[in-house]
Amino acid sequence: MRLVGRSLLVGLWFMFLTLPLLAVRVNTITETVEWRWLNLVWVGLGTFILSLALALWRQRSESQPQRDDGEGDITPRWRERLFHDQTVYRPLLIMALLATLLLPWLVDIYQINILVLALIFVVLGLGLNIIVGLAGLLDLGYIAFFAVGAYTYALLNINLDLGFWAALPLGGLAGAFFGLLIGFPVLRLRGDYLAIVTLGFGSIVKIVIENEDELFYGAMGIADIPRPGLLGLDLSLDQSTLYTYYLVVALALLAIFVTNRLKDSRLGRAWIALREDEIAAVAMGIDMAKCKLSAYAFGAFWAGLVGVLFAARNTFIHPNSFTFAESALVLSMVVLGGMGSIVGVTLAALILVLLPEYLQGLAEYRMLVFGGVMVAMMVFRPHGLISPSRRRYTRPQAQGEEG
Amino acid sequence: MALLQVENLCMDFGGLRAVDQVSLSVEDGEIVALIGPNGAGKTTFFNCVTGHYAPTGGEIVISPPQGERARIDGLKPNRVTALGLARTFQNIRLFPAMTVLENVMIGRHCRTRTSLLGAILRGPGTRRQERETIDTSYRLLEKVGLLDVADEFARNLSYGGQRRLEIARALATDPFLLLLDEPAAGMNPQETRELDELIVRIRDEEGLAILLIEHDMPLVMNLSDRIYVMEYGCKIAEGTPQQIRSNPRVIKAYLGEQDDA
Repeated sequence: MRLVGRSLLVGLWFMFLTLPLLAVRVNTITETVEWRWLNLVWVGLGTFILSLALALWRQRSESQPQRDDGEGDITPRWRERLFHDQTVYRPLLIMALLATLLLPWLVDIYQINILVLALIFVVLGLGLNIIVGLAGLLDLGYIAFFAVGAYTYALLNINLDLGFWAALPLGGLAGAFFGLLIGFPVLRLRGDYLAIVTLGFGSIVKIVIENEDELFYGAMGIADIPRPGLLGLDLSLDQSTLYTYYLVVALALLAIFVTNRLKDSRLGRAWIALREDEIAAVAMGIDMAKCKLSAYAFGAFWAGLVGVLFAARNTFIHPNSFTFAESALVLSMVVLGGMGSIVGVTLAALILVLLPEYLQGLAEYRMLVFGGVMVAMMVFRPHGLISPSRRRYTRPQAQGEEG
Repeated sequence: MALLQVENLCMDFGGLRAVDQVSLSVEDGEIVALIGPNGAGKTTFFNCVTGHYAPTGGEIVISPPQGERARIDGLKPNRVTALGLARTFQNIRLFPAMTVLENVMIGRHCRTRTSLLGAILRGPGTRRQERETIDTSYRLLEKVGLLDVADEFARNLSYGGQRRLEIARALATDPFLLLLDEPAAGMNPQETRELDELIVRIRDEEGLAILLIEHDMPLVMNLSDRIYVMEYGCKIAEGTPQQIRSNPRVIKAYLGEQDDA
């Protein structure tokens, strides 16, 4: 009964909250205010039922552990199998790979274009995951490195007539260089202070590009950037989009492969150790400056690399593509996915780009749904979609006895 | 030549002198204790030796069994660790979201070399090094009795387990001198007894010297070859446990007015 009462309150509260957005509409033609009370009733009813269901579900899951405490809960074991049992995750991975490769043949060109964008953000997410997720350095201006990559390609193309393939590694290196540039002065900063400086850095890059007409073509942006070339062949727009899709798939796979290897390497462990406890990490002989700088450079490298691809895909770049909103989007991918979890970040990046695209049917309520999903995430999975798992190492054979 | 030779070490924080002209030495294979009331400057002294603070005066010289004499005051902590001094912390500082084994593997960091490219390609050299790191870490976990929780997250360990893990992690850096900052703090008598045995075993088996800060008097008296006593940043006594026990100044400062030790 208490639950019903509480759910009723939740329903009322939501009706109140959404009142201005859903019920009141100003008809600009007749200049009258329309009151759409029915909408409000639906909101109230919907939230009431949802909140009641949630409360009941909570109650049940709370009483469950007492019933079968000998067994322990099932979910970790299921997760264990998914991530540690090769016979389970190998086929899954292969299926996912096949699906990615076959997908462009099943959907139209518009969808492929969206997928390319989603995969670009996957790579961005994985890059930022190195800086924020593994090394624990909160970076609010990550998109600046992306801009550096994109502008590197555009400018090299205009001034030196360099092609996509020549610019790709250079874009990555330019990103890494800027990573070092921002990394040096902020080595000693932590937490909030670091976030502020990186936020500033992100804005500076955008503002400089925007206001420098001679060098960066300012607020006009740069147009007619060539698409990626394939051995000098002349590709139609459709073919070129398909080609770009496979390129970005390859890039995303490379990013997944590399970050996965790094995560469990000597360097990756050092990054995590620095994130966990800087003083202890330094006392264990980890060179803080070297480690942090490598995290910055390497994370920024991916943004630069994929920035080149972004410029080539859009054929037009403009400073407004690199605002704080984009930085925040990439950061929320890392946070939603689960700090340091590669699978989680990949999933979150796909969801965060594709969901708004396909929610366009909901038009003006899109951000409302988006916000709702965010809140639901915070309630149900506060550590992200998939919390990072650590690798197990086998014991040496020589001493098999139990200790 | 002493392994560790500290001469007239001073450490000022603004106008406060936390460590005042303290000299101390540790010989090969010795267990040396540093005791004193709370706030006497023991941990500050440790922090100076391990490079977390740059001392304002005095000098710290090490002469490792293999390797040459070196002055280490003012060096960065990671350099000091690389030279062969390892420490534990008074308030446990583990890497909570890493597994127990990985915590120890971090200790191997300064004894291994893998480039970014090596880590990505994972060639035979890198694999061999990883294997060696894993094997060493398991051996150390076995030594401190944490073998069966190797895959647990460090934060899930019991208090005593966390203390022992810190010691294993410090040992993984291949030190010639181990600095333990209150290793028995918060332990029950049973755990303290086990720790006592562990410290002696480490000294004998790994062949290293140990400098420890401790408040647990039975443990200190039992374990130490020599004891230094600090009060208000100054060294007030040094000697064998017998000498310290009967030193009137120490009794007054630290053990209380009535001697019943």
